[in-house]
Amino acid sequence: MTGMPAVSRHEHSPAHPLAIHDMTVAYHRKPVLWDVDFDIPEGNLVGIIGPNGAGKSTLIKAVLDLMPKASGEVMIYGRPYREQSQRVAYVPQRESVDWDFPVSALDVVTMGRYGRIGWCRPVSRLHREAARSALDQVGMADYAERQIRQLSGGQQQRVFLARALAQEADLYFMDEPFAGVDAATEKVIVALLRRLREDGKTVLVVHHDLQTVADYFDWVIMLNMRVVAVGPTGSVFTRDNLHKTYGGRLTLLDEAAEAVARSPQ
Amino acid sequence: MSDWSMIDTWIVLTGMVIAMSCALVGNFLVIRRMSLMGDAISHAVLPGLAVAFLLSGDRHPLPMFAGAVAAGLLTAFLTEWIRTNGRMEADAAMGVIFTTLFAIGLLLIVRAADSVDLDPGCVLYGAIELSPLDTVPVGPWEWPRAFAIGLVVLAINVVVIGLFYKELVLSSFDPEAAAALGFKPRRIYYLLMALVAVTAVASFESVGSILVIAMLIVPGVCGTLLARRLPGVLAASAVVAMLSAIGGHVMAIGIPPIFGFVDTSTSGSMAVAAGILFVGVFLVAPENGVLARWAHQRSLRDRIRCEDVLGALYRWHEEHGEKGPVVRWPELAARIGLGPTQARRIRRLLRRNGLIGYVADDAVHLTGEGKRQAAIVIRDHRLWEVYLHHQVQLPADHVHATSEALEHLTSDGMRRRLERDATGASVDPHGKVIP
Amino acid sequence: MPDRRNDMMVEFPWDDLRRLTGLADYNTRVVLLGSLLLGLVSGAVGSFMVLRKRAMISDVVSHAALPGIVAAFMVLTVLGGDGKSWLALLTGALISGLLGMAAVHAITTHARVKQDAALGVVLSVFFGAGVVLLGFTQRMKSGSSAGLESFIYGKTASMLASDAWLLAGSALAATVICLAFFKEFRLVCFDAEFARAQGWPVRRVDALLTGLVVVVTVIGLQAVGLILMIALLITPAVTARFWTDRLGSMVIIASGLGALACVTGAALSALYPRVPAGSVIVLSCSTLFLIGLLFGRRRGLVPEAWRRIRLAARTERHHVLRAVYEQWEQRGVQGFHAHAGTGSVLVSAGDLAAVRRWSEARLQRVLREAAADGDVELDAWPLVRLTSRGMSHARQLVRNHRLWEWYLIQHAEVDPHHVDRDADEIEHVLGAAMVRELEATLPGRLSGAELPSSPHPLTDTEEAGWRKGPA
Repeated sequence: MTGMPAVSRHEHSPAHPLAIHDMTVAYHRKPVLWDVDFDIPEGNLVGIIGPNGAGKSTLIKAVLDLMPKASGEVMIYGRPYREQSQRVAYVPQRESVDWDFPVSALDVVTMGRYGRIGWCRPVSRLHREAARSALDQVGMADYAERQIRQLSGGQQQRVFLARALAQEADLYFMDEPFAGVDAATEKVIVALLRRLREDGKTVLVVHHDLQTVADYFDWVIMLNMRVVAVGPTGSVFTRDNLHKTYGGRLTLLDEAAEAVARSPQ
Repeated sequence: MSDWSMIDTWIVLTGMVIAMSCALVGNFLVIRRMSLMGDAISHAVLPGLAVAFLLSGDRHPLPMFAGAVAAGLLTAFLTEWIRTNGRMEADAAMGVIFTTLFAIGLLLIVRAADSVDLDPGCVLYGAIELSPLDTVPVGPWEWPRAFAIGLVVLAINVVVIGLFYKELVLSSFDPEAAAALGFKPRRIYYLLMALVAVTAVASFESVGSILVIAMLIVPGVCGTLLARRLPGVLAASAVVAMLSAIGGHVMAIGIPPIFGFVDTSTSGSMAVAAGILFVGVFLVAPENGVLARWAHQRSLRDRIRCEDVLGALYRWHEEHGEKGPVVRWPELAARIGLGPTQARRIRRLLRRNGLIGYVADDAVHLTGEGKRQAAIVIRDHRLWEVYLHHQVQLPADHVHATSEALEHLTSDGMRRRLERDATGASVDPHGKVIP
Repeated sequence: MPDRRNDMMVEFPWDDLRRLTGLADYNTRVVLLGSLLLGLVSGAVGSFMVLRKRAMISDVVSHAALPGIVAAFMVLTVLGGDGKSWLALLTGALISGLLGMAAVHAITTHARVKQDAALGVVLSVFFGAGVVLLGFTQRMKSGSSAGLESFIYGKTASMLASDAWLLAGSALAATVICLAFFKEFRLVCFDAEFARAQGWPVRRVDALLTGLVVVVTVIGLQAVGLILMIALLITPAVTARFWTDRLGSMVIIASGLGALACVTGAALSALYPRVPAGSVIVLSCSTLFLIGLLFGRRRGLVPEAWRRIRLAARTERHHVLRAVYEQWEQRGVQGFHAHAGTGSVLVSAGDLAAVRRWSEARLQRVLREAAADGDVELDAWPLVRLTSRGMSHARQLVRNHRLWEWYLIQHAEVDPHHVDRDADEIEHVLGAAMVRELEATLPGRLSGAELPSSPHPLTDTEEAGWRKGPA
């Protein structure tokens, strides 16, 4: 028997950038993330860590309404995501798109402005300039006119980050931005994260490298099919919690998930 | 219908052999997720056919087969080649190639319409109605040529698929493993494409390309819905193919008279019959059919409602004691959230299984058996609460809703493991006794 | 085609050509305009369809349109109309095309059937139903069904001015929609998930795109025929991709190619008897595709091969320059025919050839190229003179090569005897930023133009080690 749960409960405050209440996420009706419940206070860099298949990307996608929630609710600055999508920027995994697509780096970044531009209106010079300055912030200004296939992996990742910057959002979700990038890009991303924090933004980052967690992030969410721990890195990122997070899957929960998937709608 | 003749029998037999040979190879296209390649090849054999016609000047089968196989393999090969060299999606590559070949074939046929007796309309929807008139001597019998050719192709397909069965299965299911085992999946792929082309051209003359496409794809899809394992799928698809051929011809000569017509295209009707069979399978297939899944879901849902009733009664007795106030059914049903018709059905189910007893004024109580089953449900619920709280480490005030769902889904194996994980626990996180 | 059974050798139709090119005939003018617009709009819509990776919906829509066309004809005939109202026939096609797409959607959502299989089932069954209905009409007492088959194979010439106007109007409307929603289509085609996260109704955008494909397919049926309409949507779009890396220009180029193919096809089939318009249009598309595949500026095979050859030649020249430098470095000044006064160095061609077993002809060719660039002079052949420009160039190459070798040894733990070949591949593509990074990773922190020594013997006698090379 282990001790009491590490997850601390508190009232959900409307001021928080992200408040998740009792959320269970199912993929093809099979629960992959059970009963998530936490708040993230403003102005933090938050690392999301956990083993493969722990539900890290799933957590982000459920918050962004890209995956259906089996139960629970998510509040972004006290209101549902649907009403707040303009305040949220999303950096998907690099493999999620076809890099052969006939667009330039600048075109991709400009997509971050589309929400502000609105239906059927052309991209004005103002928005193009905003996109260009976002590219400049990630050190990619010289590559604006390149077709995206001609960029290296790290440069492609920076283009994605620039697209999120161009949105001028308050809350950022990044799905493994550090995966497979070169050292220069990693430095750029870390500097960028810190600048966002200085501006009072909140950033959630799916992260794999445990060595750098304490260095990069103020807060950490430790996942393995459920939230093992969430809180300031100093108090939560402990050997004990790491053991619980990476110490193997809860096979009974897996089995229960399969049973739920077969159960009636 | 009344004047069914030998001709009709021959038409149906011809349709059957062709449909079955298509279905046999088509299965492998379907499991390889290349159904549309069947469509592409059956269109693209046209120029091969036309060239063979122009060169040989008559309908001799050998040059026709050679031409069609060449065109079919060319389609598969060129599609693959421009996909890799032009860096484009496979279906776009296929679209470019097969339309080009079809256009060439069409142009050849139309330009040479004088010297060649090949009508583009015939290519598309064939003339199976006329096939019994064109016979060849086979031993002591006179068989329609189309039937004889169809039989030969069916034999070829059966033999080749029989010989290369495990290679075909493995390379369709997992090409990389096949390559690692030295099976040369590319050769198998082109072999399959050649079979499709041979089948397509044998069928062309009599039934037209439309029936070829329908029979390549529809029976295979029906087969995957009807059976789990490949031999079963193959058998099911062959049956669907035969039934489509019979049903198609019956429809073609049976339905039009109702509307005052003589008849209509048999090959088109066979495709429609296949479509009707597909809709039937789609609805009533034993496991994957829409109705079967609906019925399954309904019975599961009913069981969950019954268990909810049992659990609620158990908790009532637990709280108020055996001699406590009576529970009235309408209130209970409303608390669980049952609508009036649902409530009636659930009550009937529970009483039929002897789980609840009924006294005057809608008062209900658990029977002995009911108590036993209710205890299992409550036990599962509280075991899950213990597990979720201690192993999954959800807070105590969050485990109830999840356990409420899981209590209905607990198999014996899961229950044993829950019991093992909860050794020693006699109460749930809320302090309730685990029965 | 019984009325056109004249002989196969056709006189060149000068009169018809004059009529066509002069656009004297009102009907010809309108038909050509209609074809032009059809080509334009199918190029544009096809580009988005191909980029959304849904090339095959056009296949399904075009097959599924047949029962709609024939059913509309039958209804009209039964009601006493002439049965040939294009508007009615196209409406029928539109309805059954959309029904077909709906059926595909229903099958894939409610049964365990893969997308491609569902497409195949729907297209073959719908087409079969169309053929059945066609069988009815051919045996109908009233109304002539002749001409319905032109929907299968296409017959541009049979188009009337009124049909062409209808076609032109729809094509124009579809083009306007494409332009209006350009931004939304680009976003959804590139990254649908991001679009959804941004709150864009991706499904509705997809539905709009599918609707456009259905409309374009239907209006193209008469000109191209339903089987070949697929080509008009797919081929110009994938061809355009060979020429450009930008979506905007891809749409424009695809439209242009589509229009070119359509006008060519319509004109040829008007000029010659027994030339089906659909075939000629598709073969024009295919020809343009072949040209693009071979010569396309961005991804054509010939330009790519040319780029590869150029790169190989440059690599070879770099190798020779490096060999010259390393020969000089290794043997010291006394091994060379130092040229008094000029400061340039000479090395014998025979020594160079030995380094990589270059044949003499090959070495001479590469050296002549280097001479053309001003890196070497060959006036003292068989001695090769490295110019001062060549000297600094060669030094840079050697430096990159060695930096990379040291990096491989120290960070990738590659055996020193193997690094030479590995580095050969990389040294030609090192950018300035990467060179800086390499410098930073090496011990001793090289500054400026300092040259590390080779980590492995340049010849058998040379000792390996980290030392400063000659300045």
